[in-house]
Amino acid sequence: MAKGDPGVTTRGRRAAPRSKPKATAGTGDPELVQLLTPEGERIESAFGPDGTEYRVDFTDDEYRGLYRDLVLVRKLDAEATALQRQGELGLWASLLGQEAAQVGSGRALRPQDMAFPTYREHGVLYCRGIDPIMPLGLFRGVDQGGWDPNEFKFNMYTIVIGAQTLHATGYAMGVAMDGKTGGDEGEAVIAYFGDGATSQGDVNESFVWASVFNAPLVFFCQNNQYAISEPLERQTRVPLYRRAGGFGFPGVRVDGNDVLASYAVTRHALDNARHGQGPSLIEAYTYRMGAHTTSDDPTRYRIASEVESWQAKDPIARMRAFLTKQQIVDESFFAEVDEQARTESVELRERVLAMPDPEPLTMFDHVYPNGSPELDQQREQFAAYLASFEGSAH
Amino acid sequence: MATETLTLGKALNTGLRRALENDPKVVIMGEDVGKLGGVFRITDGLQKDFGDRRVIDTPLAESGIIGTAVGLAIRGFRPVCEIQFDGFVYPAYNQIVSQVAKMHYRSRGMLDIPMVIRIPYGGGIGAVEHHSESPEAYFAHTAGLKVVSCGNPQDAYWMIQQAIASDDPIVFLEPKRRYWEKGPVELDGPLSEAYPLHAARVVRPGTDATLLAYGPMVRTCLDAATAAAEDGRELEVVDLRTLSPLDLTAVYESVRRTGRCVVVHEAPSNLGLGAEIAARITEECFYSLESPVLRVTGFDIPYPASRVEEEYLPDLDRVLDGVDRTFGW
Repeated sequence: MAKGDPGVTTRGRRAAPRSKPKATAGTGDPELVQLLTPEGERIESAFGPDGTEYRVDFTDDEYRGLYRDLVLVRKLDAEATALQRQGELGLWASLLGQEAAQVGSGRALRPQDMAFPTYREHGVLYCRGIDPIMPLGLFRGVDQGGWDPNEFKFNMYTIVIGAQTLHATGYAMGVAMDGKTGGDEGEAVIAYFGDGATSQGDVNESFVWASVFNAPLVFFCQNNQYAISEPLERQTRVPLYRRAGGFGFPGVRVDGNDVLASYAVTRHALDNARHGQGPSLIEAYTYRMGAHTTSDDPTRYRIASEVESWQAKDPIARMRAFLTKQQIVDESFFAEVDEQARTESVELRERVLAMPDPEPLTMFDHVYPNGSPELDQQREQFAAYLASFEGSAH
Repeated sequence: MATETLTLGKALNTGLRRALENDPKVVIMGEDVGKLGGVFRITDGLQKDFGDRRVIDTPLAESGIIGTAVGLAIRGFRPVCEIQFDGFVYPAYNQIVSQVAKMHYRSRGMLDIPMVIRIPYGGGIGAVEHHSESPEAYFAHTAGLKVVSCGNPQDAYWMIQQAIASDDPIVFLEPKRRYWEKGPVELDGPLSEAYPLHAARVVRPGTDATLLAYGPMVRTCLDAATAAAEDGRELEVVDLRTLSPLDLTAVYESVRRTGRCVVVHEAPSNLGLGAEIAARITEECFYSLESPVLRVTGFDIPYPASRVEEEYLPDLDRVLDGVDRTFGW
């Protein structure tokens, strides 16, 4: 937590009631919706700033499933980070610490919903049923991301900060124009972005557009406290979720390290959108435990005690504590999940190492849907040039 | 075949109307395009007839217009965005070059962005700053975009429809000072049989030198050719029509025939379209050239105050001066 961050006082205020081990219903803290404490205590329901009550009703199997998602996503992310350190990826944007925000929101999506990610939503991507190797191709440099956005309802990663929020807004306008809102079968759209993106013009423009066109859209801001090295205080002087009010739609801050609350608020917002009630903003209050990407060094801009304080709120540890306390699982379950995660990460590693470089001439593909004579000529000339080296030592 | 005399602006309006009629996924969006009909009235009457879900008055933010159109295109719509003036496209520049242009490539062909970005461009109407610019080179330099410019009402009517029907994202440059010029327009016939969108056209045949122009300068070059003919010089005028990709085959044919070439555009000369065209002609037609390819262009200054824009803009005399220089080599 950065000094001067508006969240500091917030967290101080709520510390007392939250630390009680047996909180049950309606804690009434409008600043942070939480359904699972860092100690693994369940809160039956919580209220948002507009009085909305949030609760979840999961079966034991579903709780186990969420835990499994969190562990697998973290392990795959760790594997990718290791691969970058070993020179197998050019870069990696780790989600470490943000698993609950991503799995909670990702599992809240219905099949018909469409997501517009940044470049860090590996957990949401996983929840959409996309092969987790896909983003590694992008970061390895063998492609620009290879999944089909229409098939998986998950758009390509967007690297320019905030640009995708406008795409999500336009898509959501299209959903409404297609008459696909107004009932349980309606479609909703979710736009992911970070705290830094809230400073961008595009994000503000998308707020304006979504509001005036009543787009079926959920803005999902993962406030991980830092935009590379710049703390939240360099982006805002008010809690981000409150911005929604100025644009004319509801905003809520959720404990982004709480997978249950992240699920509950996202499902609620998506359902509102699909029923034609327009956009909303969710600020998932979380922390990026690692670097922004493997290129930066977070020890230069944040202190160890801050990282430690967030470690105590770890999304997986609290879910594990909950499952144990409630006797939903026994120790063998955790071992089995860990083993699955290990197996899948080994497989991922082997597949990444086996990823072939693209054939050079494929770089000319898909510039234009129907091609371009100029480009065809360049491709032919380059092909002839490459062929001229055949049989030589080059 | 029904032929009517229309202004270039009315021809665009009629073409947009026909596109809206033919494809329910076409939507027009921009600032003031609805009730007002656009500041140049190019969308006049369209919202009245097609409703505010087909012709959408947007909030006042250019990046938002283009960025939401990307999302609409992913959703299956064919957005036609109006940027009110050339100098206002820059707030949308990031969306155009980083998103619109690259989405098809990024997705390895799984997403199409069939979008048209209409920009009234160029000077000559006595406007204030930011209302008279020629930004074509910025967009022509970006792979994934196609850039076209119409020079007469007939092309305006057909090219806008062809651009909307194309799966490519297209920057469609409208020569705003020619909006009120009239010409014959053949209104009927299937789109596919109209003159191809990405083909240059010889608009006046000649034998002595080639004038290459597009958009607002086509008329200027035609006038120059008429004047030159009185002095006994037959100038061929080629309307490029498409700026990216350039139809260089047609350019080479003309230059090989005449042996001399002057490229004319309003945009500044430094790294402008003329530079690329001159380089290409030099590579391909070196032995056919009687003199270097010359350029007659705007100057390398910000677009000046309107009281001196007539000095800035290439006119008939400056074009003829350029022609004289090619003969004086």
